[in-house]
Amino acid sequence: MSRHRAIRNLDYDEVMDEFEEDLEEEEENRLLMEQGVADVRTALAAEASKVTKEQIEEALWHYYYDVDKSVTYLTSKFINAPKKAPKPATQKPTGKYSIPAPATLSREFQHSSHWAEDNRDGLDDRASPHTGFRQDHVGFWVPGSSPSYPLPPVSLSALFHDMPWGNIPKDRESLLIPPVVPRSRCGLLGGSGAPPKMTKLQALAAARKKKAQEKSSEQEVEQTRTQMTGLSVSSSSTQKENTPLSGAFSKRLKTSSSTAQGRVPILPTEPRSEPEQQSVEPITRELEVVEEPVEATPVKKAQPSAFAQTLFGSLTPTITIQQDVVTLGLAPSVLEAFSKPSPDDIVLAAQAKAGKKPPAGQSKKSKSSTTDSLASSVSDLKIDDTPLPKSRNLNVLSEFEKSVKKKNASFVVVGHVDAGKSTMMGRLLLDLGVVDQRTVEKLRKEAHMIGKSSFALAWVLDQRTEERSRGVTIDIATNRFETETTAFTILDAPGHRDFIPNMIAGASQADFAVLVVDASTGAFESGLKGQTKEHSLLIRSMGVSRIIVAVNKLDMVNWSQERFDEIKNQVSGFLSATGFQKKNIAFVPVSGLHGDNMVKRSENPAVSWYTGPTLIEELELSEPSARAMEKPLRVNISEVFRTQQSQVTVSGRVDAGSLQMGDAVLVQPATEKAFIKSILVDEAPSDWAVAGQSVVLHLSHIDPMHVKSGDIICDPNKPIPKERTFTLKALAFDFLMPMQVDVHRGRLHAAGKIIAMPALLDKVTGAVTKKNPRLVKPGQVARVRVELDDQVPLEAGQRVVLRSGGETIAAGLLE
Amino acid sequence: MRFASKRQSLTSIDETEGVGLIITEPEDLWHANNLIAIGDIVYAPTLRKVTTESLTGSTSTQKVRAELAVKVTDTSFDPRASELRVAGTIVNENEIAAVGQYHTITLKHTDRDIKFTIWKSQGWDSVALSLLAEAISETANKDVVFAVVMQEGVANLCLITESRTLVKQRIEHTIPKKRSSRKETEGGMSDFYGKVLSAILGAIDFNERSGIPKQLLLASPGFVAHNFRAYMKEYAERKGDKPLARLVKEAAVIHTSTGHVHSLNEVLKSPEAQKTMRDSKFTQETSLMDNFYQKLRQDDGRAWYGVQPVAKAIREGAVGRGGGVLMMNSAFFKSMDVAERQKYVALVDKVREDGGDVRLLSSDHESGQRLDALGGIAALLTYPLHDLDEDDDEEDAAQVQEGSAAGTTII
Repeated sequence: MSRHRAIRNLDYDEVMDEFEEDLEEEEENRLLMEQGVADVRTALAAEASKVTKEQIEEALWHYYYDVDKSVTYLTSKFINAPKKAPKPATQKPTGKYSIPAPATLSREFQHSSHWAEDNRDGLDDRASPHTGFRQDHVGFWVPGSSPSYPLPPVSLSALFHDMPWGNIPKDRESLLIPPVVPRSRCGLLGGSGAPPKMTKLQALAAARKKKAQEKSSEQEVEQTRTQMTGLSVSSSSTQKENTPLSGAFSKRLKTSSSTAQGRVPILPTEPRSEPEQQSVEPITRELEVVEEPVEATPVKKAQPSAFAQTLFGSLTPTITIQQDVVTLGLAPSVLEAFSKPSPDDIVLAAQAKAGKKPPAGQSKKSKSSTTDSLASSVSDLKIDDTPLPKSRNLNVLSEFEKSVKKKNASFVVVGHVDAGKSTMMGRLLLDLGVVDQRTVEKLRKEAHMIGKSSFALAWVLDQRTEERSRGVTIDIATNRFETETTAFTILDAPGHRDFIPNMIAGASQADFAVLVVDASTGAFESGLKGQTKEHSLLIRSMGVSRIIVAVNKLDMVNWSQERFDEIKNQVSGFLSATGFQKKNIAFVPVSGLHGDNMVKRSENPAVSWYTGPTLIEELELSEPSARAMEKPLRVNISEVFRTQQSQVTVSGRVDAGSLQMGDAVLVQPATEKAFIKSILVDEAPSDWAVAGQSVVLHLSHIDPMHVKSGDIICDPNKPIPKERTFTLKALAFDFLMPMQVDVHRGRLHAAGKIIAMPALLDKVTGAVTKKNPRLVKPGQVARVRVELDDQVPLEAGQRVVLRSGGETIAAGLLE
Repeated sequence: MRFASKRQSLTSIDETEGVGLIITEPEDLWHANNLIAIGDIVYAPTLRKVTTESLTGSTSTQKVRAELAVKVTDTSFDPRASELRVAGTIVNENEIAAVGQYHTITLKHTDRDIKFTIWKSQGWDSVALSLLAEAISETANKDVVFAVVMQEGVANLCLITESRTLVKQRIEHTIPKKRSSRKETEGGMSDFYGKVLSAILGAIDFNERSGIPKQLLLASPGFVAHNFRAYMKEYAERKGDKPLARLVKEAAVIHTSTGHVHSLNEVLKSPEAQKTMRDSKFTQETSLMDNFYQKLRQDDGRAWYGVQPVAKAIREGAVGRGGGVLMMNSAFFKSMDVAERQKYVALVDKVREDGGDVRLLSSDHESGQRLDALGGIAALLTYPLHDLDEDDDEEDAAQVQEGSAAGTTII
């Protein structure tokens, strides 16, 4: 039969009968007992007054109403030997007795108190920590009875007979103290079930202590009450509502404040339940008002229990903090020590005062903060971007205003392969005296050795063995020269189609461009189909708006004006179709190899028909584009190399913002912090640099593996985001469809694919003309979504070129 | 891969039959990965950790070999280790685990032949059968080509097998540019070459007879590949490394526009590669994709991509006899629910019925990647159809205004 069945079948009447039987039995016992007591009294006769009724009853109970035995026992124990009256051994009451059997303190008490006395000497002369030992035992001591010996046989039921359950008078309450020292030091380990006892002295001391404590805790209650009223809630209206709470609060506060002293005192009994339950109501009501003023029907919330309130504290944050401070339980001296900024904080603060930005550490200094200030201090936390101590804390922009410098301009030299770009720039540098004749002679000799004597001038810029042996420029060559008004940076781009990524890198750093066109028969035509066209498309899409066309090698066609005009017509037609404005296009007939019309006007009579400015004059006429100095710092890294000054030296152009020595910067996409150790602007040391300048930065505190060419150095407070997908408003040069593409942005060269083409746009107005086109045809403008293989630093407004299969297929602006 | 039973043949497979297959080479696991779809039942020998509790309460765990059948909930393929893990719930009664418990079967190529059996959840439909046919047919042809696609500072080592392209390693090396001295740039380049070469030597196992690639292809823009070949040759001579010298001697230098992996398409198109791999599946796929892109450029309405337009074209019977080709990624079928899969299988069947060609491209090849970009499905039509994508436009009418405010500032 299952248990359930058993219960279902239970006969309640039967059970009730059994219970009644029990009651009857009790009644029977009582009668027996009365009878027994009377009998014993008569048997004892005169001596009967020496024993109490209780003693008789106990003896009777013990001997099971055997009057004779009880009498013998009582006579021997109480009447003949009154000094040493051992209590009759207690027996466990049988289950039927609801009243506990009269129990006396056991013989073991006596025994162990002897033990305690034996140990007392060793204990008493020890210092304060051992008070804990004594307190340990207080819990087992019944305060209601005197600790003195001999103990009267007191029954526990008698002890509590006048007390209603749960309403113990204060003087009867025991003091419960958790053990402070390990148990092993105060008693036997293991088996002995004997409760630890205390000596009389200990008991006395404990009693005194308790008294003192009660007093002090009462004082504390008063204190905290007064503190509470001062503290609690800021607005008076809420305080009003909170007043009924004070009972519950003070209760909790008492607990916490006294735990600070390391023990739990007795709680004065509080008027229970009624005030507390009332007090809960205002809390919830107040909460609803404060937190959800909009909500019309307040949601019913479960009332927090008194225990929960004790656990989680009040609902006002001020008090929570107060509690935190108190429960730390530290000596006031310790608390004081931490109320001030730590030595580290002080150092940081001092550094920040020296630097230009305050450190984060400063904001989290003291305990007085409310949760609001805590939250704000958390939000203020950021990477420590305190500049290096060597920073001069310049106001870079005003510094830049003050400096009377020549204007800065950089230009990229582009054109079809073998149009003579490098040779022309070599000639320019030679004529301007940047390169001396001796160097060129040396190069000429070397070039002659491998049968390429006409390349000598190009070798000024093409320095790599590969470039020299193959006679092509592979990578961008950077060089500088100055005229009276302007400091120029030359970016000599490769013309070969394989190295267009490098050319894009150069064009992205340029203010304007020099397009070199080979005028010799056939070469111009092939160039126009080739890189002359692609380059001009690219520089236009990189944002370069001014272009100077150098019609080179015109000496090969005897400075024919017809040829010049023919080229001028074709190229200008093509350039304006690409988007260059007529006024921004200039044509100069030159000979790069011999230097005619470059720095000096040609003395050849055959070119007397040309009266316009020379190439260098055209260059000087060009105004550099406006610089975004106020924007957050962005430096496009074009090269990374090692120098004596730093393992990580980068060169590049400051696209936006400004920087100075000692600044903290962030390198994206690695998201690694670095410091600027020193700066070179135009190969001269400088304390600062601004947008538009080509700089060399020596970085410190960064591993070289985190810095690649194509990365971006930015302001750590306003970092450039890194993205995997981006949307582009692109002009198509070829058919666009979902396909794999190479993405170029300056030096950056990443693989990706077109994942979607959300819209075709009108070329002029930018309005959407078709949604989700299947195909974008050359010349159309479309919004294109590109996904990259890796994360790349990208920002709206940047110019990006898409290539595929070695051809530029689109260029556009990031959205 | 081959059938476990000699009597088994492709044509005799019953719809609901379980097909026993034996793994004979690492490549088979890739096919198995394509073949096993979610919901199928796979029966294979496997190890399961069994915990036993003794009378005293102590537990002991041991791995027990058993044959378990699982209903597949997930598969994961590790291309480098050639390991296929098939996870699912146990469906057969057995002594070590209860039915319904989860178990993962790891399939890999070992010395012993491993037999496994597949029951398709939707029966052996035409797509499943063509994937199976591909898996079975391949055993004879084991051309392996090793291609290094590189540019200054970047190199991708790719192993091209019949069914997939495996990018073994990608090497990036910062090369000091012109600003620093000439010597440093050259040092940087030779460091880079050294790095690439040691990676190649690590990736190619010259001892294993079958593992030596038939050909080495070096591809790059400019002169990087050419110079690298010279570097390798010099290295082989210096070290007296005969197998390497032989490989270098036959190595072909191919011009590509970039050093990124997707330039492999240019590699596979090149005459040097075509010479060795003319008939291989992936060169055919590459030319098919090129053909598709070319048709798309012509914009004559005969090349369409995307699910909606292609499905429409097939319904109209435009992908049929005389040049109609349906291209789909094999991975496309992998994790589809029943209804969707049936829809695509119906498309495949319809094209076959019309006399068109169906190609399931491997998404692990570059051509498959290109198809992936187009949404995994594309078709060449036998006659032009226009405006297949029309109805897509209407839903977006509301958004048309969005871009109108900003003018075009590109040019």
